[in-house]
Amino acid sequence: MYRYDLYDQQMVDARVAEFRDQARRRLEGKLTEDQFKPLRLMNGLYLQLHAYMLRVAIPYGTLSSRQMEALADIADKYDRGYGHFTTRQNIQYNWIRLEDAADALEDLSKVEMHAIQTSGNCIRNISSDHFAGAAHDEVADPRPYAELLRQWSSFHPEFTYLPRKFKIAVIASEKDRAAMRLHDIGIRIVSRDGELGAQFYVGGGMGRTPMIAPLVRDFVPLDQLVTYAEACLRVYNRYGRRDNKYKARIKILVHELGAEEYTRQVEEEFAHLLSVGVEPPREELARIAAFFADPPFAEGARVIDRSDPDFALWVDRNTHRHKHDAYVSAVISLKPVGGIPGDATSEQMRLVARLARDYSFDELRVMHTQNLLLPHVAIADLPALWAELDAAGLGSPNMDTIEDIIACPGLDYCSLANARSIPLAQRISERFAATGRTGELGELKLKISGCINACGHHHAGHIGILGVDKKGTENYQLSLGGSEAEDVALARITGPGFDEDGVIAAVEKVTDVYLAAREQGERFLDTYRRIGMEPFKEALYG
Amino acid sequence: MADARDLGTSPDEVQFRFRDDEPVDHGTVTVDAALEQTNANAVRIEPGDDARALLPFLDRLALVEINFPAFGDGRGYSAARILREAGYAGELRAVGDVLVDQLSHMRRCGFDSFAPDRRLDHEDAKRAFATWNNVYQSAADARRTIAEKRRET
Amino acid sequence: MKILTGNDLRTGAVVWWSGAGWSLFVDDAVDVGDDAQEILAREEAARRVNVPYAIEASLDEAGHVRPAHIKDRVRALGPTVRRDLAVPTAQKTGWDWVI
Repeated sequence: MYRYDLYDQQMVDARVAEFRDQARRRLEGKLTEDQFKPLRLMNGLYLQLHAYMLRVAIPYGTLSSRQMEALADIADKYDRGYGHFTTRQNIQYNWIRLEDAADALEDLSKVEMHAIQTSGNCIRNISSDHFAGAAHDEVADPRPYAELLRQWSSFHPEFTYLPRKFKIAVIASEKDRAAMRLHDIGIRIVSRDGELGAQFYVGGGMGRTPMIAPLVRDFVPLDQLVTYAEACLRVYNRYGRRDNKYKARIKILVHELGAEEYTRQVEEEFAHLLSVGVEPPREELARIAAFFADPPFAEGARVIDRSDPDFALWVDRNTHRHKHDAYVSAVISLKPVGGIPGDATSEQMRLVARLARDYSFDELRVMHTQNLLLPHVAIADLPALWAELDAAGLGSPNMDTIEDIIACPGLDYCSLANARSIPLAQRISERFAATGRTGELGELKLKISGCINACGHHHAGHIGILGVDKKGTENYQLSLGGSEAEDVALARITGPGFDEDGVIAAVEKVTDVYLAAREQGERFLDTYRRIGMEPFKEALYG
Repeated sequence: MADARDLGTSPDEVQFRFRDDEPVDHGTVTVDAALEQTNANAVRIEPGDDARALLPFLDRLALVEINFPAFGDGRGYSAARILREAGYAGELRAVGDVLVDQLSHMRRCGFDSFAPDRRLDHEDAKRAFATWNNVYQSAADARRTIAEKRRET
Repeated sequence: MKILTGNDLRTGAVVWWSGAGWSLFVDDAVDVGDDAQEILAREEAARRVNVPYAIEASLDEAGHVRPAHIKDRVRALGPTVRRDLAVPTAQKTGWDWVI
């Protein structure tokens, strides 16, 4: 894992001091809320429905046990004993006091963490494949590149007042486990003739106008990575729309210019910036990469004793093939039936931290599916790990099933929301757990957003649900056929919306259509793609 | 075309200046006007202007003002860097809705004078200019980056 | 009726204008009638409450103050999915009141 040196620490400490000063000026009345808002947002502090909310960055979703324990301590000390893991691989606290916020940031800084740029119109926390460094199918560990970009984007003097927020994901496998093409910039590290380089996809996103990012450059040499990113950002900063907040994301610029013209402008700026020389020295990448060296993997059992069916089910569903044959990556579900997707108590955080210490070389990941992950678990340790998870209510065997629902905080917490998301997720998982259909349905990604901003990734759900406000009451639009993975697609709306009971029944009807129509080996998404929207519409509205 | 005297900031309104030369003692003209007037040496860039339009005339310019009508419009940061990257050595002045918390970033982008609409608290501003001991990125201020310093130690 | 609400500047807690100050309990909210703008301006300047605003509300049959919009009813009680964290008024109002 990356560790701060004195410079990194100094930067974070300086930011805490700066924010402490800004909060003081706000409390003393030297700053109006209009002036303070962008400053607190750049430190991850929102004002939500019930209180201030603090969003803490977890760069590319990687955490140490010590850091997870610090997150638990913050939940107890400044919040109400829990936190919420998000689709951006971050954690949010819902009940932070403005007068405590700088203290919370200072506690974070002691474990090399921060809330810098987790909000605001700047480059946000950089996300990555949750299996990075562990997966059997990647050409390299993408995290050194993500870390290089994290440092480049932190306090970037030119790109702190962009037209709108800016999200970057970095992956290094053909499989896309980070919704890479639904980011403002999606970077895929690829190998060509034995040399590594970066594909740049620019102008994807969800939100009000979802778009899949087109390929802008299919091979950027890695010693020009930062320069190319800088060129992409400069063109956006100069020409992205600022007249309309809803058209200010880079996807609109790329769409309006056309990918070809945007690319031409980027290439021109890139050539110029190469001559200026903004790339960090090559040694810097090597220095960072050294932190991500493999832990000392040991040979061991490669066969799993499947005599306990509950354990076997969990292994089948919640573990992922590792690059070392004696290891797997193990998903810790934060989706107990009837639970709040992504929420974890401080006690659970401490337990998971200890399990990471005991079974995964001190390392943890946050997944964009709002689950946690132990990246490197020896196969021989799986029964013991599972027993502990199961006893703590963290052993739900439901990864990528209809119970593994992504849901944003919705109207229960969020000031932007139009409808509640969490109660829907709770009721749907209860319904399918009760009817016992979860297993039969196989991979089925259901994603719920409480408003058009799409934090719950509903556009990318095999089944998506969007909460809307219909004359003061909650209403839900159903959509089908989305995917955030390498088979990326945007979901299409089925038709008129439903009330809460109605949308739950509708989800069940849609799964009935799938089960009746599917052919051998087809996932829900495959069947939908083969038979199209009509049979589903017919069942829902016919 | 706007009267030159109606545009621009007088030296009296400049609150911070990091240069020793004499400030230009007259107003600025618009970018469009500067392209037509071969003798104009002081220009004001608005957010929608293309700073690169000035590149052929940089030698004759002594003052470029970059206007921030609203602090959240960050186009001026790119404009400033573009001018410095092209070798502009004259005064680069940030005017308009310039707030304490923007000062350090503006310095890094090459601004060397500041004429905020509302005068800034001197102590707050002094602290803001000194916020960063070290920096991650290369920018217009030619500071050595953290990555460069790491190589040397 | 027209009532005023906002979030406490220091803590972020949801508060309601009671006529004399800011209360944590929606039932303490008073009808401000035509005085909304004047009180809002004064309170914003006093920096006790973050971006206070006026909303429509009514008195329900049981005499509880009921904000017209569901968002403000959620604010009045707390997250419906964490009833253990509700403001104390929620117990007497009941959760059905939100919807």
